[in-house]
Amino acid sequence: MTRKKRRLYMLGLALLGLGTAAALTLTAFEDNIVFFYSPSDVQTRDVGDRNFRLGGLVEAGSVKKLPDGLTTEFMVTDTVNSVAVSYRGQLPDLFREGQGIVAEGTLNGARVFVAREVLAKHDENYMPPEVADAIKRAGVFKDPAKTADGMAEKAAATTVPAASQSTSKE
Amino acid sequence: MHRFANPARFQRLATAILPWSAGATVVLLVVGLYFSLFASPPDYQQGDTVRIMYIHVPAAWMSLFVYTNMAIAAACGLVWKHPLADLFAKAAAPVGAGFTAICLITGSLWGAPMWGTWWVWDARLTSVLILFFLYLGYMALVNAFDDPQRGMRAGNVLLLVGIVNVPIIKFSVEWWNTLHQPASVMRMDGPTVAAPMLVPLLIMAVAFTLYFVTVVLLRLRAEIVQRRIQTMRLTQAAE
Repeated sequence: MTRKKRRLYMLGLALLGLGTAAALTLTAFEDNIVFFYSPSDVQTRDVGDRNFRLGGLVEAGSVKKLPDGLTTEFMVTDTVNSVAVSYRGQLPDLFREGQGIVAEGTLNGARVFVAREVLAKHDENYMPPEVADAIKRAGVFKDPAKTADGMAEKAAATTVPAASQSTSKE
Repeated sequence: MHRFANPARFQRLATAILPWSAGATVVLLVVGLYFSLFASPPDYQQGDTVRIMYIHVPAAWMSLFVYTNMAIAAACGLVWKHPLADLFAKAAAPVGAGFTAICLITGSLWGAPMWGTWWVWDARLTSVLILFFLYLGYMALVNAFDDPQRGMRAGNVLLLVGIVNVPIIKFSVEWWNTLHQPASVMRMDGPTVAAPMLVPLLIMAVAFTLYFVTVVLLRLRAEIVQRRIQTMRLTQAAE
């Protein structure tokens, strides 16, 4: 074996070892790397009164402005489960029904998520307004399972049957 | 490949390519910027803010492309001891760091109006910040030794260790929940960007790539000349 060959094999082995180590570390820390929990995660995990982020789609027809003019109440859904959210403050421009959002806060005793901050998440679709209108007219716009990056699919795959009594759908 | 490892031959090749790559960069940048800023439609959700994409996305692609090329050069430098491979990585590093900085800054400017925040520690943003630090770390390390050969060696090792971050950046938006959107262009089921927006985006990407080629050729040429001066000084001092 020439020296060049040996160096090449050493390098290959070192990279393989490094890749494995990185993959194992990232898998082990998965819980800390996810930026937010989905409503299904909230059902299956014990979040307690800890501060965490909740992500999902704003459920259509669920947004209510309270008479004080500052507080907004809405449901966040991953199309399988939903969580009620209450937020006092200004919402981002992209906030609307059907939009993906990420809220930070805590669950209170009544299982309502009291948000301190609400961020809007935009999806991977870019198009001119006319195209969006045309698609809307054709009636195939925004399949919620496809928007918040397949959050719904991920949630559906991980939900256990015990968590199927959803808190949603009034 | 080995033919171009000869510095003299490389110099001739660089002199032939440079005027073309520089000219094409200017033309494509002007055309690309015109389409990006004036002749493309606003987005149905984001309005005119979407125009940040035409800078942000090509810069992000380049940050990964440049790093991957540097890591390949580092492997060639370590295994086959090509003198040009080492110099390529050294010449490309500040350009890659620049692209990464542009990506981070424009991303932050885009996040403020759209997400409602300048910065979050989600997997995509954090891994790109780490890429930026890898560039800075490489540049510092290469220059931290009295013997340039040892500096190059240490830098090459760092580049190869950092390569694990590249797939992490690319797939972070699929592996974990992130605030950052998933890929819009490089995805299995084809781009989700409408054609009138995709065309300027791709023009800008080609322009950025040609810019990189131009600047790296210039910097490599300067590195080779500097090496030659160093060798002449050393031989002179030895006499």
